[in-house]
Amino acid sequence: MLILTCPNCGVTGEETEFHAGGEAHLKRFGPGSSDGEFETYLFMRENPKGVHFERWRHVYGCGKWFHAARCTTTLEVFGTYSAQVTEPPKEIRDTISEKRPGWTWRDFA
Amino acid sequence: MSTRLATGGRLLNKDKAVRFTFNGQQMRGFEGDTLASALLANDQMLVGRSFKYHRPRGIVAAGPEEPNALVNLGVEGKFEPNQRATTTELFEGLLATSQNHWPSLEFDVGAINAKLSRFMPAGFYYKMFIHPRPLWKHLYEPFIRQAAGLGQAPKGRDADTYEHFHTFCDVLVVGGGIAGLLAARSAAQAGARVLILEQTAHWGGRAPVDGGEVDGKPVDKIVDELVSELSDMGNVTMRLRTMGAGVYDHGYVLGYERLTDHAPEADGPRHRLWRIRAGHVVTATGAIERPLSFAGNDIPGVMLAAAVRDYVVNYGVSPGDRTVIVTNNDDAYRTASALKAAGLDVPAILDARVLPVDSPLVAEAKAAGIRVLMGHGVAKVLGGKRVTGVAVCSQAGEGAVLEEIACDTVAMSGGWSPVVHLWSHCGGKLLWDNDFAMFRPDVDKAPLGADGTAFVSPAGSANGHFGLAELVGDAHAMGRAAAKATGHTPKKAAAPDAHSVEEAPMAPVWLMPQGAGKALRGKAWLDYQNDVKVSDVQLAAQEGFESVEHAKRYTTLGMATDQGKLSNINGLAILSDALNQPIPQTGTTTFRPPYTPISMGAIAGEARGKVFQPIRRTPLHDWHDANGANWEPVGQWRRPYAFVRNGETVYDAVMRETKNVRENLGLLDASTLGKLIVKGPDAGKFLDMLYTNMMSTLKPGKCRYGLMCSENGFLIDDGVVARIDDQTFLCHTTTGGAESIHQHMEEWLQTEWWDMQVYVANVTEQYAQIAVVGPNARKALEALGGMDVSAEALGFMEWTDGTLGGFDVRAYRISFSGELSYEIAVKASEGQALWDALMAVGDSLGVMSYGTEALHILRAEKGFIMIGDETDGTVIPQDLGLNWALSKKKDDYLGKRAQQRTHMADPARWKLVGLETVDGSVLPDGAYAVADGTNANGQRNMQGRVTSSYHSPNLKKGIAMGLVLHGPERMGEVIEFPGTDGTTCKAKIVSPVFYDPDGEKQNV
Repeated sequence: MLILTCPNCGVTGEETEFHAGGEAHLKRFGPGSSDGEFETYLFMRENPKGVHFERWRHVYGCGKWFHAARCTTTLEVFGTYSAQVTEPPKEIRDTISEKRPGWTWRDFA
Repeated sequence: MSTRLATGGRLLNKDKAVRFTFNGQQMRGFEGDTLASALLANDQMLVGRSFKYHRPRGIVAAGPEEPNALVNLGVEGKFEPNQRATTTELFEGLLATSQNHWPSLEFDVGAINAKLSRFMPAGFYYKMFIHPRPLWKHLYEPFIRQAAGLGQAPKGRDADTYEHFHTFCDVLVVGGGIAGLLAARSAAQAGARVLILEQTAHWGGRAPVDGGEVDGKPVDKIVDELVSELSDMGNVTMRLRTMGAGVYDHGYVLGYERLTDHAPEADGPRHRLWRIRAGHVVTATGAIERPLSFAGNDIPGVMLAAAVRDYVVNYGVSPGDRTVIVTNNDDAYRTASALKAAGLDVPAILDARVLPVDSPLVAEAKAAGIRVLMGHGVAKVLGGKRVTGVAVCSQAGEGAVLEEIACDTVAMSGGWSPVVHLWSHCGGKLLWDNDFAMFRPDVDKAPLGADGTAFVSPAGSANGHFGLAELVGDAHAMGRAAAKATGHTPKKAAAPDAHSVEEAPMAPVWLMPQGAGKALRGKAWLDYQNDVKVSDVQLAAQEGFESVEHAKRYTTLGMATDQGKLSNINGLAILSDALNQPIPQTGTTTFRPPYTPISMGAIAGEARGKVFQPIRRTPLHDWHDANGANWEPVGQWRRPYAFVRNGETVYDAVMRETKNVRENLGLLDASTLGKLIVKGPDAGKFLDMLYTNMMSTLKPGKCRYGLMCSENGFLIDDGVVARIDDQTFLCHTTTGGAESIHQHMEEWLQTEWWDMQVYVANVTEQYAQIAVVGPNARKALEALGGMDVSAEALGFMEWTDGTLGGFDVRAYRISFSGELSYEIAVKASEGQALWDALMAVGDSLGVMSYGTEALHILRAEKGFIMIGDETDGTVIPQDLGLNWALSKKKDDYLGKRAQQRTHMADPARWKLVGLETVDGSVLPDGAYAVADGTNANGQRNMQGRVTSSYHSPNLKKGIAMGLVLHGPERMGEVIEFPGTDGTTCKAKIVSPVFYDPDGEKQNV
């Protein structure tokens, strides 16, 4: 059972207080997109051993969504940040680089 | 025979005798006994039969590692199977029975299996019962099910209560032995909040049995002082009878406290599950002695050497008059000393090692006059239901018997394994220690917490430190480190002073004698509880089950309720030997929580019966209950399925209610339908994305039926949207969808369209909503008086605020039945009063309340879809002929792109139609329509299925809706639905609108 800190209300809570919402930073494709683009958006997901970015919701708390950067093997949490960004903020990426030099995730590094 | 000694028994209160019953026989013990020690005191060594071969089995251990002494405890609501006698504290009136035998413990028919054991090796069931195939279902499986299983499942409802307890601490110490107590003190002295758990009823672990001195005082004295010191510290919480059951992510630990197992008449919950969040966890969980693998090592009377001295020292019980000790290490010599000190006979110590020089413990034994045979072992144990002697052989040989020694107990020791379970639960890695032939924690590869630093430290013998000096030093250091890891500053303090007795190195002995032939290996048990022998593991390796995880499952080694506490290391050593590879290369199986089985009651805690799940009640719930409601769960709500009157069946009531709505007047409690307020400058724009329809063009005062799809294109919800004002919409959702659609909206608002200025509020419970339905609906509202509800003032699909009968209401003119219909919303607190007023004015208008089944029939008569009946997560609006609700003016809405995918646009998708049986009967709900030919799997082709099916009392025939291949193009065609009973229903494809297709009844 993980411990996460909600960046919206500042509460650090048990995993049962939160709800996982799948992979972070998906780019939505709607009408007019190609089959390939839409397939990627709808179905293709990372399955990394190591650094991963996820969406979470503080469902039994403030109700707000946020992002978490996590290691899927050690369960280390590198940081949580706003849901209202399209890519991981620099300070989160720097923190990860310090702990996991050479990491990559999708097009990020 | 085993018996109570006149002296000794440090844990007993000999002033207080306790009576108990085993297999109907009255016995006596003392306060402080475990059931196991009391049974031994009553010469009851035979306590059960083994799982597969039904061999007689006796008590082997003195703690939670016990594999054999499993008993049924209690009766009826207090009955519980598979309880370990070694961890069951004795109490007055305890009732225990042995398990896994028929007809009796002494004479068991199943023991014939043991005679056949040669024919029932590992994998026997897999090999034997696979052919011929049909026999599995009818012959083999029923037989095996009859024979399988340990104790019986309880039949009565559990009479006890249980609870959960949440707590936090800086440092959690698991294990209250000398190491745990010292680690707790070090951490607490540094200022950390410490919680220390001990699974037994006593502090100190086995140190007081094994002896030694710490800080110049006997170790039992030191234990008392430590307990007293810790008790006085405000930052320390101590719990006895509480096992650390499992270690999970980020310092989450489950503790299992047995509050009243030892005092069943006491008030309060029986077990308490501690849900602990610890900053750092110290696992001072001790070590477990390993058995030795020699023929007959499962005969009652063969015990672990340390357990033998536990029974002598702790409980004043002699397991036997003459004990032969078999060992590969020095520690077992302590058992010889303890037995001698109690005046018991030790005819010989068989030591598999050949030592160049006697170590102090060996010398002491020899000096006490005990015959020590170096380089010797047990060829086989003699006896059946009790040991009668051992045949001695040379360890290096193949088992040629040199002599036989008469004895009634064999105390064996194959060395010790640290209890690494809790360390390993959350990913702590292990190292192979060659000196002690054991796995111990690799402290450099600890489980990591949220910040990426280690959050578990092993301490004492759990960390592989067995000498008293090393053990206390390690515990002291680990306690300090744990305090430091949680932000505390340990003061300078030296480790307690202790002296370790010098011991000669142990020698790994995985098979005794090392050249044991087939016959001996076939009687050398590894796993007592699951009846796995050395020969079984060797066979598994030979048959290619080389991975330790495969070999485990093939042989069932370590898969019993003891999870291989005694057997795993010995088993994987045998496997490694068979594979000619070093033990670390074989590795261990995965250690999974809980450490020992915990009760289902503790896991459930308070969540049982009425508090298992909260029930949501509408403001009208009590009225429904008082008026014959037959309840139906809908989500967490309870809704009346029908209101049953005297003399009626539920079916009768449904038919009556359905007819009455069409003929007179019906009232429905619609309060459970979801009501979401969507408000803000961008509310219209937002709803245009959420619904397939255009909502932004809806005028205030108007209502529109809307569909919602997921991004995958599938229909997820429907309902009527009312525009309240320019910036405000009220969206009705299905009863089950209120929370999920609210969350769906929040998700898109917060994570995709966060630039939109919109708020969403779920106001479902703020209103009571009553549907007033039927030809007399308007008359009823007019009788209440107040607002104008005429067709001119409040047209179909309009809403207005006003008063009715003095209530402030919001009236929607919407219909889910095809009748003249209003839904009246009031403050939840006024719902009952409005309902009463409507019932009063409706009295002369033929009013009846109606339930959800009448609602379903009424909507089906009109061909209205129901989310969850016509949809199942794979259905799109186009399948249901709802294309009219898909806006063509909008560039985008959730699901639009997905519905353009080839599979979604396939003309061969099954489409909604009405189905009318040829003979007027009711089609079975969910039935499939068959087509010609077979598919790739040889199954009959299908061409459709029933999604809703009812008897319509208004049309006096069965009506159904279904999804059918090319259905709308096949009107009038008859298709066949085979039943599960061999009959076939024939139904004609018709329009799904069975009743009033022109809407004349609704638009009045």
